[in-house]
This record gives sequence, C-alpha cells and structure tokens, in this order.
Amino acid sequence: MTSTQTRQAAPRTEASRSIGVAGPRVEAWDKVTGRAPYAVDHPVPGAAYAWVVQSTVARGVVVDVDTSRALAEEGVLAVLWHGNAPHLEPVGDPELLVLQSPRIAYRGQVVAVVVATSPEAARAGAALVRVREDGTIADTVLRLDHPALYQPVQVNAGYPARSAVGDVDAGLAAATVRVDATYRTPPEHHCAMEPHAATAFWERGCLTVFDATQASTAVHEALAGLFELPPQSVRVVNEHIGGGFGGKGGPRANTVLAAMAARLVGRPVKLALTRQQLFALAGYRTPTIQRVRLGASTDGRLLAIGHDAVSQTSQLSEFVEQTAVLSRHMYAAPHRLTTHRVVALDVPTPGWMRAPGECPGAFALESAIDELAAAGNWDPVRLRIDNEPPVHPEEHVPFSSRHLVQCLEQGAQRFGWAGRDPRPAVRRDGEWLIGTGVAASTYPALTWPSTALARATADQRFDVEVNAADIGTGARTVLRQIAADALDVPLCEVEITVGDSAIGPAPVAGGSMGTASWGWAVTKACRLLRERIDREHGGSVPAGGVAVRADTTLEIRDRPEFARHAYGAQFCQVRVSAVTGEIRVDRLLGVFAAGRIVNPTTARSQLIGGMTMGLSGALLEQSVLDSRTGDFVTADLAAYHVAVNADVPRVEVEWLDEHDPHLNPMGVKGIGEIGIVGTAAAVANAVFHATGIRVRDLPIGLARLITHYRS
Amino acid sequence: MERQLTSDITLCVNGRTNELRVDNRTTLLDMLREQLSLPGTKRGCDHGQCGACTVLLDGRRVNSCLILAVTCQDAAVTTVEGLSSRTSTQLAAPQERPALHPVQEAFVAHDALQCGFCTPGQICSAVGMLEEAAAEGATLDEPEIRERMSGNLCRCGAYVNIVAAIEDVAAQGVGAR
Repeated sequence: MTSTQTRQAAPRTEASRSIGVAGPRVEAWDKVTGRAPYAVDHPVPGAAYAWVVQSTVARGVVVDVDTSRALAEEGVLAVLWHGNAPHLEPVGDPELLVLQSPRIAYRGQVVAVVVATSPEAARAGAALVRVREDGTIADTVLRLDHPALYQPVQVNAGYPARSAVGDVDAGLAAATVRVDATYRTPPEHHCAMEPHAATAFWERGCLTVFDATQASTAVHEALAGLFELPPQSVRVVNEHIGGGFGGKGGPRANTVLAAMAARLVGRPVKLALTRQQLFALAGYRTPTIQRVRLGASTDGRLLAIGHDAVSQTSQLSEFVEQTAVLSRHMYAAPHRLTTHRVVALDVPTPGWMRAPGECPGAFALESAIDELAAAGNWDPVRLRIDNEPPVHPEEHVPFSSRHLVQCLEQGAQRFGWAGRDPRPAVRRDGEWLIGTGVAASTYPALTWPSTALARATADQRFDVEVNAADIGTGARTVLRQIAADALDVPLCEVEITVGDSAIGPAPVAGGSMGTASWGWAVTKACRLLRERIDREHGGSVPAGGVAVRADTTLEIRDRPEFARHAYGAQFCQVRVSAVTGEIRVDRLLGVFAAGRIVNPTTARSQLIGGMTMGLSGALLEQSVLDSRTGDFVTADLAAYHVAVNADVPRVEVEWLDEHDPHLNPMGVKGIGEIGIVGTAAAVANAVFHATGIRVRDLPIGLARLITHYRS
Repeated sequence: MERQLTSDITLCVNGRTNELRVDNRTTLLDMLREQLSLPGTKRGCDHGQCGACTVLLDGRRVNSCLILAVTCQDAAVTTVEGLSSRTSTQLAAPQERPALHPVQEAFVAHDALQCGFCTPGQICSAVGMLEEAAAEGATLDEPEIRERMSGNLCRCGAYVNIVAAIEDVAAQGVGAR
C-alpha cells in the first residue's frame, strides 16, 4: 500500500478508527507560530546565563585556573572549575562527572564555566578565564594497524562483538565470484538544529530542569544520583526538543553544569552550548573501517559473508558501534563471520547517531553486494532476492515478519528498474553521466518497558500521559491516536501529554522504539481504564474521575522469541558531471515494510527525513579531526556541510501494508532510523553505475571522483 | 573616560514600539529572546550559517544573530510571533487562536516541519522570499524555491514538504502579506 492509498479511506473497524489515518501533528500550530517552548525558551524571571570554557589540549591535566579577571568583569557571578565545583556522586557515565578532576581526556572537554547576569557578560567572562594546561602528545587517529585495537565483550545495544557460523574462509575458497573490499566512513555529527541546552532552577531543595533531551527519565535518574537527591526532588521537562538524532539520547554534561551553576548562584541558569562547542561535547558517529568479504556460487547464491568492523572510542568511556551486526541477518549464507574491534583514543566520546551500526554497516555491506552483482553479472535486485533467508540465518529463529523481497519488487516496479542496462558509464546527457542504484535497509524492531497514565473525567474527556519525547518524530500525534483507539473514543476526546519525568518512567526516544514502547503502555493504560469504567462504573465516569497507571515490563519480558526487524529498499538516480565531478541526486525512492503505520502524514515526513539525512551523509558530511591537536576543525555549519534545500530532490516514500502479530498490540515496528540506512549505498551504487568509479569512502564528494578522472 | 556599555534605542517589533536600553554587544536575536520575551526566533549557530534566527527587518529577511541591536534604531522587525496576528486569507483558524499567515497554514497543511526548531526561521524566510520574488517578477518553480530557501537548514529533512508548502502559497498568489 502506498502512502497515497493509505490516505484514502480504507474501511476501518471499530477498534481502529484513529490508527492509520493521516492527520496534522498535534503541536504543528505551536511550532509554526513560535509558541512551542524549547529548553531555553521558558520564561524564568531572574535567570543567569552560563558559558563553558573548553580544554585546548587533547590529553593532559588542568594545572591551574585563574578566574580573577573573569570575576572582575561586570555581571559575572561565578566561575566554576575543578578546584571549586561542588562534588558529584558517580552514576556510571564518566562524561557526567564534569569539573570533578584536573584530567583532560579530549580536546574541548569542559574545564570551567562562567555564570553571569547576561549572555554577553557570560561570554566575555569566559574569554577572560585563564586555564593553564599541561598537555602531552595525543593519540587521535583510527587506523587498522593501531596496536591498541581490541575486541570488546559486547557492542552497542548489547550484541556480542563476534559471531561465527560455519567457516567463512572455506566458504570463500569454494566460491566462484568473490568480493573483498574495505570501506571507510568518516566521523559525523548530528547537527540537530537546536544546540544542546538546559534551564535549571532549585526551589526548596528540589531541582527542575528544562532540558533538550530525548530521555528525560534517564536525565532524571542521573541528576538524582549526581546531586544525591531523592527521585521525587528532581523533575526534567522536555516538552519540545529541536531534533536529537541520538545526540540527545542520554544525560549530558551541559545539563549537569546548568544544575550545578543554578545551585551555586541561587538563581535559575540557562546554559546553551554554542554550535562550535557541540562538536566536542555532544557526541558523534565514530569513523569506521570495514572489510567486507562475500563469496557466491555461479548461480548467485552466497556461500560466505564476512564483515569486520573497526571503530574508535574515547579514553573516558567505551562506546562500540555495532557496525557489522546487520550482516548477521540480511542475507542467507552457510558460512558467516562478523567481528568488531575498537580502540580508545584521545578524542571526544562517540555515541548514538541515527541508526548506529546499521547506517555505516549498510554502506559497506550494500556496496559490497552491488560489487558482487557487478562481478557476477547479476542484477542487484535479483541477487538480493535470491539470497533471502527463510529464518534468521544465525539465530535460527523465525522472523516475526520480513518483507524485504516485496520492498525490492515494489520499489523496482515503481522506480522503473526493469530493463536497466547494467553496464557502468554508458549513459550520458551532455556533461552529465547518469546512473541508478539500489540498496537494502533494515533496522531492529525494539521495544522497552514503559509506564503510562490514563485518566477519565466526568465530562467524557480523557487525559493520557506518557513520558515520551517528541523530537520531531510525531510521537505526541501517534500516541494520541493509539490512545483514542484503545479507549474506543474519537480522537477529539483525548488529550496527550508527553515530555515530563514527573509522569513516570519511559524509555528514550531512540532505537526507533518510541511508538512501540510508549504506545504499548498507553494501550494498556487506556484499555484498563476503559474496562474499569465499564465494569466498575457501568460505563459512565463518576464525578471524581477514574485513573489508571500501566507498566509493560512483564508483557515485554514474556514475549516469545522472534527475530523482529523492519526492512526496506532504496532506489536512487544520480547525475555526475564528467567535467567537475559534481554529483546531483535526481531521485530517491524508499519502500519500507515497518509494521503498521499509525499516521501516514508524520510517517512519510520521518522516512523522507531519514533518507534526506542519508543523502547528506553520502555526499557531504565529514568531521575532520586535526590529528595533532585532537580538534574537530570542521566545527560549524559552514565547514560541516549538511544537505540544504537545493541538494534534495524528489524524495518518494512508500510502505507495505505489513501486519505482524508478534510485535506489540499496535503492530508497529518503528520508522525513525530505517530511512537513513542504505541510502548512502544506494547513492554510491548509482554513482558507480553512472561513472564506473567505485567510491568506498564516504562522503563520495567530487574530490574523490576528480582523482579518478585524472588517473 | 568611562566606557559606554549600553545604548538606548527605539524600534518597532511586531507592530509595537519599544524603547529599550541594550548592551552594545547584544544581537538582535538576543534582544528579541531575552529582553522582549519573544523566544520564537531560534539560535541554531549564532554565525549566520543556519537561518534559524531569520526575521524580517524593514521587510527584508535577515539573520538576527548577525545584527547588533544598537543598529536597529527606528527599524521595524517582524518575528514569527508577529506573523500570525495578520489577517489570513485562507482557512479559518482554530477557535481562540489568532489567524495564521498563509505560509504558516501551508506549513501545517504540508507537514513542512518535524522538530520545529528551524520552522520560525523557515517561515519568516519564506515570507521574505515571496516578497522578493514578487518584487523581481520572478517565477517560483520548485528549483527556484529550493535555491532561494537554501539559507535555512532543516536537519530533520523536511525540505520536500517545505518546498511543497511554499509552492502552494506562491500558486495562490497571496504573496507574503
């Protein structure tokens, strides 16, 4: 079913009159009028402003901080550094123990904070703080032969670092067509439009924070631990968040600093990091180096899949991108090996960025599949279809649902793939070389326990609360739809509240699991509420109202074992200038099988958004680290390029009408990340088809093509 | 000699005249947000690289992070908060809400936003751009809109819908005001 078809009125059952219906997002009016308050938009009388000072060495210690000139500046209230900062109790993440020690683990680490009565005074004060640092030579470059590379116990999301089935070398030896190639992806930064920011204030020993976070439950827990407060004394509000993409996925140092500064100066404090500061302080996608080995028999059946990934982490904490994990289930093959190694460098700590693992991993795997198709003279769509596994090829459990083949077939038809001339570099229109490419996508369908609250009032209104974070996904909008159906009432009778830790625990807006996780708790609370109204109150709500709280911990624990993943296929057409190497994407099409789609309007936007970010990564994005200083030198939006409006062509999205009874009561899989997965490979494969040049390093960029033109 | 750190200015914001004492270092963006309590205008980069702080200054779209408030004596500024009070030519607005500007309406109708942080800048920029195009007599087709809107970044990737929304308004010929 296409998005257009979905919008036409399909016959709806009584139980599903809101889910599946397109509609505007709940908070659209607030956002287009500028009335939606973000973290530093809330009116807080008497607020002070904080400005951070960052380390200028990548490894070393802070010897001394001279605050005298800063304190003499008009308006400066305080300067915090490790010599005078209040104690923080460790909570597991060393990044949060800000200003607790003189140690410098990466360039750009916070070494002092200035608090002042105006943003101008805070900034001027920060420029006057003299930090004496003792730096030593830093180790900042990820390379395949780094002696400190090691295999971790597990990688991000809890997967084992290594997985082997059969004998990959024997499989490769038996193959008649082989690919053995190394792919590289650069560090990438989220660049959410809203820089990380927080407003913090203390009242009678209680801490309230307006935070730009995807996870106010986790921030709440962290702040309570760090400041040794009972949980009920901390409240974290994230009503609106200006994008996250993983960068706001957990508690961050800037929030801790805002709370610390507010306590010290006895007034509310606003701390908004600058765009430049974010490049060291807000996480990034690790660079990866990936070797992919594929071997197939003459009939195009894979015999062996090998995927070895290398990434970096910081000296402060271990984060290991799960880069090769998707190769464990994408295709069938009797011999398989996936490995991960990591090295701790004197660099900022990497972390989650939209589809960690799957995004860089799919660039390598899906490029390699295209290389195999070219080497074996197979159609790349057909080759993928021919290697479809009947069950999870490593865990041997059934898929809860898997429609990759249908995505490929429907996409091929819609895109006009049939009759494609596979030869590279043979289509030319003036200076432009034309090519098309395809790649597959996947993302796990995760679900975490959540709580939710449903309340009915005597005037037949329903208030539903869940501590979801709407980072632009449409979470509020779809949760309201889910609630209406579970209550069996029209949408207009339901109010939805999200973004407040006081509601109760709920998982992060991450891992594409928001709708599944929060929605399950909402469904449970609403169904229980409906039951109680009907059974205990004869169907009408008593004067005092009825309220129900639900928790899905047990339901999720007791789910039967399935491999739960969303799949998709992306098709791309590019133009490459034979003169300048300029690459223009003319068309992008994505077809996805991601369970039930709750709101076609917001789903389409989210999937297009993911593909747009994928296109951006394919062609433009690259954080450049100065190896001598450990500094990201591309630390603003003039040097770190993200796609602008003129870079983005026609982007089309469709989805299958996928019904999966093994997921959650709503049958949803999550769509926040799958759009980005595979896009870069589709673009790279199209560039190969256009030019005959195989680019294995992102971003593709004209410089790489020009180098080939010259040779 | 004593440094003069502040200046007194008079300017009109969203139709209201304000007499303000501003720190000479204060940008138009910070003045709007911190002194006039108009936080609809957003700071995305503070360097004129992202367009999130776009407002209309004497009818022209500008990055308010690049303009010092002291240079705005006698200026007329329109922010996103000031657009919605203008008379709408289109759909009736929801109850008790001021009528939306046609560009705001089109952004809602086309879901031309996700996180919403770039949205005030996109909308102000679109309003200014429509006036520019009208003044030049330029035809606003899809590529032309994309080009003219490329100073406003959207990391959520709502460009496709932003272009559709602006095309819609341009086709109605309602222009900017």
